[in-house]
Amino acid sequence: MKTLFDKIWDSHVVKEVEGGPSVLYIDQHLIHEVTSPVAFLGLEKRGLKVLRPEKTIATPDHNVPTINQHLSIIDELSRNQVEMLKKNCATHGIVYHGLGSEGHGVVHIIGPEMGITQPGMTIVCGDSHTSTHGAFGAIAFGIGTSEVEMVFASQCIMQPKPKKMLISVNGKLNKGVTAKDIALYVIAQISTSGGTGHFVEFAGSAIESLSMEGRMTLCNMSIECGARGGMIAPDQTTFDYVKGRQFAPKGEDWDTALAYWKTLKSDADAVFDTIYEYEGADIEPMITFGTNPGMGIGISENVPNSDKLTGSDKLTYEKSLKYMGYNQGDKMVGKQIDYVFVGSCTNGRIEDFRSFAQFVKGKKKADNVTAWIVPGSRAVEKQIIAEGLVEILEAAGFELRQPGCSACLAMNDDKIPEGKYSVSTSNRNFEGRQGPGARTLLASPLTAAAAAVTGVITDPREFL
Amino acid sequence: MAYDKFTTLTSPAVPLPIENIDTDQIIPARFLKAVERKGFGDNLFRDWRYDKSSQPIADFPLNQSKYSGKILVGGKNFGSGSSREHAAWAIYDYGFRVVVSSFFADIFQGNALNNGILPVVVSPEFLEKIFTAIEADQDTPFEVDLQNQKFTICASGESIGFDINPYKKHCLTHGLDDIDYLVSMKEEIAAFETK
Repeated sequence: MKTLFDKIWDSHVVKEVEGGPSVLYIDQHLIHEVTSPVAFLGLEKRGLKVLRPEKTIATPDHNVPTINQHLSIIDELSRNQVEMLKKNCATHGIVYHGLGSEGHGVVHIIGPEMGITQPGMTIVCGDSHTSTHGAFGAIAFGIGTSEVEMVFASQCIMQPKPKKMLISVNGKLNKGVTAKDIALYVIAQISTSGGTGHFVEFAGSAIESLSMEGRMTLCNMSIECGARGGMIAPDQTTFDYVKGRQFAPKGEDWDTALAYWKTLKSDADAVFDTIYEYEGADIEPMITFGTNPGMGIGISENVPNSDKLTGSDKLTYEKSLKYMGYNQGDKMVGKQIDYVFVGSCTNGRIEDFRSFAQFVKGKKKADNVTAWIVPGSRAVEKQIIAEGLVEILEAAGFELRQPGCSACLAMNDDKIPEGKYSVSTSNRNFEGRQGPGARTLLASPLTAAAAAVTGVITDPREFL
Repeated sequence: MAYDKFTTLTSPAVPLPIENIDTDQIIPARFLKAVERKGFGDNLFRDWRYDKSSQPIADFPLNQSKYSGKILVGGKNFGSGSSREHAAWAIYDYGFRVVVSSFFADIFQGNALNNGILPVVVSPEFLEKIFTAIEADQDTPFEVDLQNQKFTICASGESIGFDINPYKKHCLTHGLDDIDYLVSMKEEIAAFETK
């Protein structure tokens, strides 16, 4: 009577500490330039080396420019951080996928692409969106820099076991509804703190119908409801995706792995601490109107009013609308926008660019819109070119940039100017997330495409 | 990372009665480019604290000299968002040792504990009492007693118990971190790997 989560967690506990957290063994550690340098410094101060460099991979993604990657990074601080990662990897024998190399990309995009991410694993990274990898039936979650240092030193971390939540979405999804819309719908239902203290398992027929790309988008966003992570039991869709990838098991090893992976599902009588059930038919394309990912509504709806709120809830809500320049009762459709961003670990995979390109095919980018189309990795970039999507994009007035986290968190030059509205396929609409004063509207690549060609918030279903 | 041992603290508090204070507000991403852990306190709440021309915004509590102390009191769901430990570093570097809220995001709570900051969870009602007490007298002291897991509004004597994992409590009171412990488990970890 174990959940999927229990099965993987229990098989990775090295030791239970009395009155404390578990010592959890980590199968795969992913690192990037922003949250690793202080951990490397700490390690060196203790005179330690990385214990299992072969279970660690590195790539610079948060800081990197998305044009002219063949040139040296202009921003001195960014360049220094990227060079520090490269140097630290060389010192400790860690494989480094540098800027411009075949393996480069956003850390949560390249792991699955290379077949490093596999069912049943424990995966951590100093980045909250590590939850992405849960799409494969892995326990994957974001950690702080102290914990990065723990994994370097011991390949383990100390973690209290979270509670378990089941979120089921059943039935057929409506036309124009994507995994991103499911994610924004669920977060709007349970709020940005609804999942706190829990690890989520997503299940139900609507979830099973999603591709691996869609599942990654959904699990990626699980952190936005406050959960440590999200996961989906592996099935034939998962096995087909993993098979044949560079680091996937081969030959007899594949057969052994597959037999184990098929046991990775919650038992029929497994007990969850919290359960939510939704109908796929109730979900429409979503868009956010406020300054946290829980402030999302169906695109045909109006900005809710704050009548039912009191005290600091009401003040926080009104502060958020003021930042966005919106009023209660406003209709979202028809509002002017300035920027469109397609990319990030949430929606930077090939399926996202196919969806965007199919929509804009034969149409033209609106004159008032600046669009940043940023592939999640070099492999995605190559695939976009190979499938002829780049010609479609260019004919419609869009330019393809180079891989990186880009405008999702605006650590590089891809910043949305103050006061401007950005329809973004990324994961957070916090104040200033895409640049100081920037106003972010989270949506799917399809809804972003509709806004990009009309210049205003548009229901993509009108064109489908 | 070594930090000061934590036992008992008596101090006034700085109020920040805003909900869902996310890590992008605590320390915006553009200030995460350092490769060493220093100076983050200068950019704590940067975009709420300073305007575009880097002038202090007068009505933000950190800019009001009437507020002081080593305790920060925030609205519910404090620390949501990113895993950046820079958020905890900025709070510690600025001089806070305790953050009080009715609810913390998981990763932030862990990062705080790993850096010698005590996150104290109180009931929503008690949180309102704390804000009211500060409003009445900005110098009013609060006592944080980690040993007895008790938070007290000194003026009224009202207090509330708070939870903390016993292992983490031991770490905080002795200024220890997890890495020494994990490194000492080397053989057990190696044995686990061969299973």
